[in-house]
Amino acid sequence: MIATLAQRLKAVLPDQAVITDPVRLRTYECDGLTYHRATPGVVVLPESAEEIAAVVRLCQEFQVPFVARGSGTGLSGGALPRSDGVLIVTSRMRRILDIDLPNRRAVVEPGVTNLAITEAVRDAGYYYAPDPSSQQICSIGGNVAENSGGAHCLKYGFTVNHVLALELVTPDGDIVELTELDDGYDLLGAFIGSEGTLGIATKITVRLSRAPETVTTLLAAFATIEGGGTAVSSIIGAGIVPAAIEMMDALAIEAAEAAVRCEYPAGAGAVLIVELDGPTAEVARQFAAVERICREAGSFEIRVAASAEERAAIWRGRKSAFAAVGRISPAYIVQDGVVPRTALPEVLAGIDRLQEEFGIRVANVFHAGDGNLHPLVLFDDAEPGQGERAETVSGRILDLCIEHGGSITGEHGVGVDKSRYMPRMFTDDDLATMQLVRCAFDPGYLSNPGKIFPTPRLCGEVPRVRKGPHPHEAELF
Amino acid sequence: MADEALASTGVTLRPAGAQDAVAGVRPRWVALPESTEEVAALLRVAAERDLAVVPVGGGTKLDWGPPPERCDLLVDLCCLSEVVEHVAGDLVLRVQAGITLETLRDRLAIAGQELALDVPVPGTTVGGLLATALAGPRRFRYGTARDLLIGITVVLADGTVARSGGKVVKNVAGYDLGKLFTGSYGTLGVITEANFRLHPLPPERRWVTAEYGTDVRRGRELRREFPVDPGPLLQELAASQAEPTAIELDWADSGDVYTLSVLVEGAAAEERAEAVRAIMTGAELGDKPPAWWGRLPEHVTLAEIRVPPGVAGQAVREVAGADLPGRRLRGSAGAGVFHLGLRDGAGVTGIRARLAPLGGRVTVLAGPDGGADRWGPIGALGLMRRVKERFDPDRRMSPGRFAGGI
Repeated sequence: MIATLAQRLKAVLPDQAVITDPVRLRTYECDGLTYHRATPGVVVLPESAEEIAAVVRLCQEFQVPFVARGSGTGLSGGALPRSDGVLIVTSRMRRILDIDLPNRRAVVEPGVTNLAITEAVRDAGYYYAPDPSSQQICSIGGNVAENSGGAHCLKYGFTVNHVLALELVTPDGDIVELTELDDGYDLLGAFIGSEGTLGIATKITVRLSRAPETVTTLLAAFATIEGGGTAVSSIIGAGIVPAAIEMMDALAIEAAEAAVRCEYPAGAGAVLIVELDGPTAEVARQFAAVERICREAGSFEIRVAASAEERAAIWRGRKSAFAAVGRISPAYIVQDGVVPRTALPEVLAGIDRLQEEFGIRVANVFHAGDGNLHPLVLFDDAEPGQGERAETVSGRILDLCIEHGGSITGEHGVGVDKSRYMPRMFTDDDLATMQLVRCAFDPGYLSNPGKIFPTPRLCGEVPRVRKGPHPHEAELF
Repeated sequence: MADEALASTGVTLRPAGAQDAVAGVRPRWVALPESTEEVAALLRVAAERDLAVVPVGGGTKLDWGPPPERCDLLVDLCCLSEVVEHVAGDLVLRVQAGITLETLRDRLAIAGQELALDVPVPGTTVGGLLATALAGPRRFRYGTARDLLIGITVVLADGTVARSGGKVVKNVAGYDLGKLFTGSYGTLGVITEANFRLHPLPPERRWVTAEYGTDVRRGRELRREFPVDPGPLLQELAASQAEPTAIELDWADSGDVYTLSVLVEGAAAEERAEAVRAIMTGAELGDKPPAWWGRLPEHVTLAEIRVPPGVAGQAVREVAGADLPGRRLRGSAGAGVFHLGLRDGAGVTGIRARLAPLGGRVTVLAGPDGGADRWGPIGALGLMRRVKERFDPDRRMSPGRFAGGI
């Protein structure tokens, strides 16, 4: 059937935009989460919304599932292809269509990288606020699907707070526009973060933010992670909302040191990166307070970035952390759990106990300001049983997060990787209710099936037990 | 029959009176549930007995919007008014939907925190604020209710209790039902609890306020040089690195003078407000807002205007140029959202036509619509109807109260 579909796809797309060669198909077998793999049935590289709509309509005709993929940097297997389906790759849709500074917005195609937007408007004094660590390569379409955050979302929010309108191809193959200006349900808000299960964004209007007058970055080294934690609580307690507060533990520092020679203070059990931005007068006052708080919490060395280069040097260790653990461990699992900030000490202690119990090392890198942990569970896949133990530790960490009132994912998404944990966080009724939205958009269950929800809800026909005709029936669809 | 079934839930029930009418439609009963479970019990009975349900909080906007096609049961959330959880160190709040924002403000102030949402209508409850998504001046900085809501508990038409989100700010697990229910006017279910992200109370607040004339004929009577078009000034203010929290315009009479007032809050507010004053010729700086700040304009018909922020100045000029008897314009000029008070709905069609070329939308929130559609054109109405059909297939939740007849 896929072969027949591929032939039909070549009728609506240029030949070179339809990939069926098995060797080339395999380059798309996973996203950033490499331990989930599937060779897609066929890959298409469309260049317009109309082409995507034509592909989706063919998928409907053949009743074949489709999965959208941007740059493939996702960390939850959200873009894991289906061997019985079509992978729709947006990498050829990377035009910035409009930059509209008076309205503080830009219109871009889904394949445009996150950083490309900022680069296009930086000289005019603007930027695009959400900044996932992969921002140099990750696509805006993928950011919309995952509701991506980043280190600075503590102050500035997530993708959903910065997208003003979307054009999307619905799972029916219709092209629809959602805008914050329209009346009606906030489908824009519901769509963002739906991980490709409600359709494919084909045009994205993002908010551009004014670059702050001043940015100040401070690195504080502590003997222990508790010291860093105390500083974080005190900063928040003082009524300061920094642009970012990041923390790394000794093992994460060791890895970053091995990978990028970030030269963080020797002997640190934890480092804290605090970034303040905004009006110069405001930042100056807050900075004095943050510095004092760090010293009072026992910081033995504080470095302040005096230039953009020094700021980049401070961030280099943090931003390289995921890749860096590859230097100290043959394999690792990244988690993305969230806990209420006040529960951080207890949860970190719990992670310590898990390390001892299972003989598995965990490096901790986290967005301390919003309680978003990125424990890196290290293991050697050549050692029998280690992979399973790492998997267990990883799951137990998510249990800890849920027990403390947190979430299984702060920014990476549920995807295929964490769908089995969803019932630990939500009841059957919660999940069934969420899937009512899915049924409204995709009753045939073809748009990225198997992601987010462990058990699909059968949609069936819309129950029509109305007493009279819908007053607007004539306009329906 | 139905009353016996409703009474069997044990929820306090009373016959509805004229004061309980929803946009002119009088329900038969008013129920006063005290928990999410009681709301669920009521809605199960309503489903069995085919009763149409309208939820109500403070009742401040019950006469807004089109009347329901039918209304049997008013579910009054006044008795669901507890703060369920407030962990100051987490800057997170969990509350029941019936608490008023004034009560909440006072409670949070004790901890030096706030929910950074304004309340344009006094007496508004959390549930009512979410259901109508009405926002005030600080939307320019903090966004609206949808941006600060991090979790929600709802009861669906069939009595199902569902939650989404949680009590952490950063959370992408599952669909965000909170976004869907915010601004849904009671048509998808009953909101019973909400979780919000909080902010520290700013240590200082300053308002920079100036009047601007629009008519050179009054020349000598005015004290300053006046630009006719507020556009360039609004652009400059919005881009100001003093980072104002709100940029509000008030043109609350038919005269030739409008007022701009800018809020600067947080550390070093005074210095930053001075920087704003340097942009606004002849402005005054104070630590109290103008009397009109954050209030809806007086109206018989109330319309909301939404335009891209870059054309807010042009939108003001279009309103000024339109024939709108008794016009009162006020709103978040920095964000491109205004409220327009009118003597009747006669001018709605005209102003909608004037703003359409700017990409603007006009919604009639309250009062006579003058024969105009209360809601503007909606790009995704088909999808919205499908959502409604899935959540409320029998059309029993506030039927007909929303856009497109939803």
